[in-house]
Amino acid sequence: MKLQSMIGLLQATPVTVNDPYIAFKEYLYVSCTDLMSDALAMICTNPAQTILLTGLANGQALRTAEMMDINVIILCRNKTLSEDNIDLATSMEMNVFTTSLPMFEAVGVLYKEGLKTATRNDDQNI
Amino acid sequence: MMIKTYDLEANDFTAAGSISSDIKKIAKSYGMSVEMIRRVAVACYEAEINMIIHSHGGQIQLNVDDDWFTIVFRDTGPGIEDLELAMQPGWTTASVDAQSMGFGAGMGLPNIKKNVDTFELLSSPKGTLLRIGFRQKGESV
Repeated sequence: MKLQSMIGLLQATPVTVNDPYIAFKEYLYVSCTDLMSDALAMICTNPAQTILLTGLANGQALRTAEMMDINVIILCRNKTLSEDNIDLATSMEMNVFTTSLPMFEAVGVLYKEGLKTATRNDDQNI
Repeated sequence: MMIKTYDLEANDFTAAGSISSDIKKIAKSYGMSVEMIRRVAVACYEAEINMIIHSHGGQIQLNVDDDWFTIVFRDTGPGIEDLELAMQPGWTTASVDAQSMGFGAGMGLPNIKKNVDTFELLSSPKGTLLRIGFRQKGESV
């Protein structure tokens, strides 16, 4: 699904956009977590097609996405970034949006539209 | 041979990840595969966060030669009481503050080990030393 469509479904607004073409890119997978340890340990999909959906609006959410090569973060519950973290996101060319939906509803909307989980619980590999 | 050393302060969440970000850029400059760069970045970031959460501060040293990309994390204590427990997924001694930053779920060390080619962990009350290595040539992990 194009990010543009996802943004529309979630009624999300931009916090900082650093790729002018990002809205037209296709995304297939969502990692939904407030726990960055889980994102780092369990995301197993192509990062270029993966979005991080989280309620954690801090530098560590940005850093986690950076380490995983993910370039789109959607914040739930109207969370936004501090000015310092907007600068950090810009330096990483990260694209961050915010939606008023709580995480459960945001995930439900995207799941219903066919997006898949980006994570797996593969204990045998840990 | 290239060596670069970084100082790290305990509990400095503002800077957390900046060293790993720099090391990731260096890994890219060495022409590593995208997958390997990600493994370096994830392992390094987990270890950097561990040092910020759990240690009194210390140093991170990157060593690169023709065959290996090695990162050494050396702190000044208080050490890991039970290394075997610390390697178990889900076991943690992290504070509520650390958990509110999105970490401290007890996944750090197991995830580091999963992503590296060599893993060495030594600890005493005087400090912890973690040495992780990535083969620069050929398939690994």
